[in-house]
Amino acid sequence: MARFVVRRLAGMVLVLFAVSVLTFAIFNLIPNSPPAQRLAGKNATPTLVKSIEKDWGFDEPLPVQYFETMKKIFTGELISYGDQLNVDERIVEGIPASFSLAIGAAVIWLSFGILFGFLSATRAGGWLDRALTVGSVGGISIPVFLIATLFLYFLTYKIELFPASGYVPLLEDPIQWAYHLLLPWFTLAILNIGFYSRVLRSNMLDVMREDYVRTARAKGLDERRIMIRHVLRNSLIPIITLFGLDFGATLFGGAIITEVIFSLGGVGQYAAESITNLDLPPLLAITIFGAFFVVLFNALTDVVYAYLDPRIRLGSSAR
Amino acid sequence: MAGGEPLVEVTDLVKHFPIKQGLLIDREVDQVRAVDGVSFSVPRGQTLGLVGESGSGKSTVCRAMLQLLAPTSGSVRFEGQEIAGLSRRQMRPLRREMQMIFQDPYASLNPRKRVGQIVGEPLKLQGVASGADLRKQVRELLDRVGLAAEHYDRYPHEFSGGQRQRIGIARAIALKPKLVVADEPVSALDVSIQAQIVNLLDDLQDELGLTYLFVAHDIGVVRHISDRIAVMHHGKIVEQGTADQVCEHPSDDYTKKLLAAVPIPDPRESRARRAAAGST
Amino acid sequence: MSPGALLSARDLRVGFATEGGLLQAVDGVNFDLAGGEVLAIVGESGSGKSVTAQTILGLTRSPNAEIGGSVKLGEVELLDASDAELRKVRGERIGMVFQDPMTSFNPVYRLGDQIVEAIRAHRGDVSKTEGRARAVELLDSVGIPDAERRVDDYPHEFSGGMRQRAMIAMALALEPEVLIADEPTTALDVTIQAQVLHLLERLNRERGVATILITHDLGVVAEVADRVMVMYAGRVVEEGTLDEIFYDPQHPYTWGLLGSLTRLDRPRPKRLPQISGAPPSLLSLPQGCSFRPRCPHEFSKCPQMPPLEARVPDSSSHCDRCWLSPEQKRAKREVGGRIGLEAPA
Repeated sequence: MARFVVRRLAGMVLVLFAVSVLTFAIFNLIPNSPPAQRLAGKNATPTLVKSIEKDWGFDEPLPVQYFETMKKIFTGELISYGDQLNVDERIVEGIPASFSLAIGAAVIWLSFGILFGFLSATRAGGWLDRALTVGSVGGISIPVFLIATLFLYFLTYKIELFPASGYVPLLEDPIQWAYHLLLPWFTLAILNIGFYSRVLRSNMLDVMREDYVRTARAKGLDERRIMIRHVLRNSLIPIITLFGLDFGATLFGGAIITEVIFSLGGVGQYAAESITNLDLPPLLAITIFGAFFVVLFNALTDVVYAYLDPRIRLGSSAR
Repeated sequence: MAGGEPLVEVTDLVKHFPIKQGLLIDREVDQVRAVDGVSFSVPRGQTLGLVGESGSGKSTVCRAMLQLLAPTSGSVRFEGQEIAGLSRRQMRPLRREMQMIFQDPYASLNPRKRVGQIVGEPLKLQGVASGADLRKQVRELLDRVGLAAEHYDRYPHEFSGGQRQRIGIARAIALKPKLVVADEPVSALDVSIQAQIVNLLDDLQDELGLTYLFVAHDIGVVRHISDRIAVMHHGKIVEQGTADQVCEHPSDDYTKKLLAAVPIPDPRESRARRAAAGST
Repeated sequence: MSPGALLSARDLRVGFATEGGLLQAVDGVNFDLAGGEVLAIVGESGSGKSVTAQTILGLTRSPNAEIGGSVKLGEVELLDASDAELRKVRGERIGMVFQDPMTSFNPVYRLGDQIVEAIRAHRGDVSKTEGRARAVELLDSVGIPDAERRVDDYPHEFSGGMRQRAMIAMALALEPEVLIADEPTTALDVTIQAQVLHLLERLNRERGVATILITHDLGVVAEVADRVMVMYAGRVVEEGTLDEIFYDPQHPYTWGLLGSLTRLDRPRPKRLPQISGAPPSLLSLPQGCSFRPRCPHEFSKCPQMPPLEARVPDSSSHCDRCWLSPEQKRAKREVGGRIGLEAPA
């Protein structure tokens, strides 16, 4: 186990380094107006621009700039180019919304995805299976922004059933919190419900053909027990690993489109704004923290996988 | 039957697979000694049977000998020339002389290619023939292994296991090799088909002067087709000799155990054997 | 149903609807299994032997399967039994062992737990502790060393031979009257095969469990069987006692199977006797006797399907499906000093 942890930490450092360098490089390579110019604003004199450059360190060589910016991310001193506010603080402000969105959506998409996949597989070929298949494929195909817009149009405008935007903190008012998040949750979940139910259906149909399911039947177990303890249990293993990766990516602002359309004020929305404004510091910080979560969940997924499948044991050599 | 100087001579062949462990950087801590110092020779035109159970290393010997896996150490001389450790480019012209037949007739043929393509590919790759001449040679090969000309355009999945194995054999002899390594060529086939394939291999050996390394776990089949037999256990050859010597007068304990375990397809003998064992 | 028969099949038919038409995997199979007896069903791929075995326990039931005839366990008709009735039979009155020990256990549960599951499915009153103790006993009885500790291991931690022993133990956990073993040693090394066969033979002898052994290996049959049934293309082509089949075989296919055996205790023939051709596609069987295309002794009567009948005088239990007379058979099967189909070159 120690071997596993050490390797993952080492890997994480490498990934974060690579991601940050890449982001930094892209930003500095794409054609855009120099930040100093933008900070100076309109009617800026060259002297003003020069002094801003000096203050902010834009006259330093790129590697130095990189190093300085990274340092400020971890000491909490990073200031964004746009509104010149502290980046880390703004990120922390956005976390509750992003986490609420991701976790709630995840609960919904796992529950329905597994339920629909199970129903489809156990009634394969029947009308329910066909209906769910059409639904799943639809859910996968319809773009998130279209779902969100349809929801907004029909459920907040035509019929004013739900609020159109805004995030209410959980501790302030749990009911309002949920009420405001319901549409965003389903917007995000629909795509994944479709995907996960298809994957589970496919896994279950494969597992049902396995020899050990035949053995279970020959032992005289009843169908329900066979389906759940033998078929479902084994079919879930790939689903769990998929989920670990998906969730890690969604958690820290991965649901950009949903956040923006519903104006939730989370990390994703902050990222979207920073991209529009070509604001490097927030982008860099969000990317790094996002990468951190992805790597973390990647590692956690591997741990859970080893727990679920005893043939996989971490840190030991292959037998 | 030609005898005399060996076509292939293997001396102290070793193939280890490293087991790596370590906190941050993998270091080799141990090895899987798949082939642990194996020596044998195969006289031209004869058959050496390599028999052993799963994990004995016999398949690894085949691959290390043909340089499909790089041997860890040891020597492999083909027609007097040392081939162990040669690069892929250096091996390429030699590949015409040594070919392999595989065990699984369902997995060893590319399902997306037609039979004609599969059998003709070695001829094409080695630049031996092309176009109409290629097709003619392929048809002759199919005929020689007992398949019909119209099978040329079919796909592997349209054939039974035994027929697929014939296709694999046709492919292997296409370049008129000197050495054919057969790695469990009949194990996956029905009993009544096994005999057909074994007989085919026998016939081809006489017709084309082939030298065989025949690997199997069924000692009965190995004994039938082999001139000499080597018994493998845990990566080593524990006994070697003529087929009759090894099967009738084994000297090694493992060989004896292996022979004793083969069920006798004769109820009276089987009962007698069990009575004898029970009374001791 | 024969008096004294524990398990009886009459005109068992199993067909599968496929894209190519109706595939008749089993076409009119009869057998009787007496208590304590070992019946070997021998055949190659496509013979229908595995489908027969699996149909006994209702494992081939599916929307595209057409199952007909009768299989009776005592008084219980198995082919049209309800799911609930079938569940009571499975494991409790008939135990089954399958071919591939590497895939027959669920890899994510401990071996012991899977045995306990089998027990508790039928004896709900057994506690988990009692179940575990019984599992240890069972593993020990089939020769697995250190059973107390190994009962908590996962399947992948056992070798193939050990897993097969555990499968046998699990199949016999509830002391069924019948054990069906479908190619139990085919996937094993020969030294391990010998051990597992010895185990099966010992269990049959000590506990009197009637056994149906499915195999393609006549060597295995010679070691353990009392009666033998030879199947080809979904039909029984010959049936008799062990000695009758080996020493007085009546069907050319049986001659072919016996002839192509390699004998370590005899000198090598120049050429391995073979059966030419290949087993027929079940979708397009020849008219009459299915073995015709491969039989060198085919004659004018063969296009008419020979019934399975006892033709040898004084051997009422020895049946075969070949029109040749017993005298003709005795003459034709003698090739090169041994029994076979074709003369070895």
